[in-house]
Amino acid sequence: MAQETPLWEVFIRPRNGLSHKHVGSLHAADEVLALQAARDVYTRRGEGVSIWVVPSRAITASDPDHAAETFEPTADKIYRHPSFYDIPDDVGHM
Amino acid sequence: MYSQGLIGADGATGETPEFLARFQARIDAEEKIEPNDAMPEGYRRTLIRQIGQHAHSEIVGMLPEGNWITRAPSLKRKAALLAKVQDEGGHGLYLYAAAETLGVSREQMTEELLSGKAKYSSIFNYPTLSWADIGVIGWLVDGAAIMNQIPLCRCSYGPYARAMIRVCKEESFHQRQGYEIVMTLARGTPAQREMAQDALNRWWWPSLMMFGPSDGDSQHSDQSMSWKIKRFTNDELRQKFIDATVPQAEFLGLTVPDPELRWNEEKGGYDHGPIDWAEFWRVVKGGGQMNVDRIRDRRKAWEDGAWVREAALAHAEKRRARRVAQAAE
Repeated sequence: MAQETPLWEVFIRPRNGLSHKHVGSLHAADEVLALQAARDVYTRRGEGVSIWVVPSRAITASDPDHAAETFEPTADKIYRHPSFYDIPDDVGHM
Repeated sequence: MYSQGLIGADGATGETPEFLARFQARIDAEEKIEPNDAMPEGYRRTLIRQIGQHAHSEIVGMLPEGNWITRAPSLKRKAALLAKVQDEGGHGLYLYAAAETLGVSREQMTEELLSGKAKYSSIFNYPTLSWADIGVIGWLVDGAAIMNQIPLCRCSYGPYARAMIRVCKEESFHQRQGYEIVMTLARGTPAQREMAQDALNRWWWPSLMMFGPSDGDSQHSDQSMSWKIKRFTNDELRQKFIDATVPQAEFLGLTVPDPELRWNEEKGGYDHGPIDWAEFWRVVKGGGQMNVDRIRDRRKAWEDGAWVREAALAHAEKRRARRVAQAAE
């Protein structure tokens, strides 16, 4: 089989004011063709106003097997949430 | 977009009972499984095969309809058919990408399709003989695919479920454009009516076969159901399809070619005549009218496009080398 064509991850901004969101991936020889293919594959019905393509190999991901340790510190810091603090109702909305 | 009950998957798996129980608990809790998560080899293998067959079906499915693009009866019909066939190509690409997250390469999947090793939906091994076939394919074949795909939007494997949501959004245009073509013919001249009826006669039974073998004969169904890869059995989906489609045929004044078709008040659905499973297996195993043509055409497209792929990679390499050289200056 011939040489493998690189894989790209595609991110689309649905409209101005929103973030780019991952929509899927595709194969293309370079970034120019990747953008063009992303337009054809992922925006045939006005899904976006802006496209990012990123080489898949450039992405580093957290390990799901370590998710418990990775995200554990967020669970026990309830004082980061506004509901942790008692403010009398008389103070009004805060 | 088309899919069929999975053909010949082997869900056998060799992990410890504890590992399998933990995995099953995640599935039972309706957690989605994502690409880097631990999963039983049987789960991975079943999905690679199912998503691969699904992707191949999309790509091969472009061929019977492509046959009529140049002969569409009006510019409106031609533009719509082109857009539909382009969608099918796109659906194939979403699905290949979903399968690749499981560790199979695009090149490997392409090779398996072109060598005849990989299966695709049996429906595409029937010829499109008249323009009415294009209407009936949209109505019945896409209709059957939608029945199959809507529950797949809730499949336990995240990338497959997300691809299906995208596909289902695009799919209803396909069925509506097909039904509109059939409706136009059914309300046309007697010759046009006859074309529509003839197409329905030829596509009805193959469409019912798209859901795959009957539950009693589908050996891999149980494991796929408990892993929530599929949510309904082949027979359940087939029944839903028949119940939805028969009234649509009646509306057009067309006759479903099944003399045993009867409304069954008790079960709240239609009873239907026996499906010719010998024909189904013959077509799946390569004996359909168009199996040889379909693979020949895919091979030709792949081989004729080789120089484009090679040129694009060479061009990308040249630009990369130039950038490196400029940076070094």
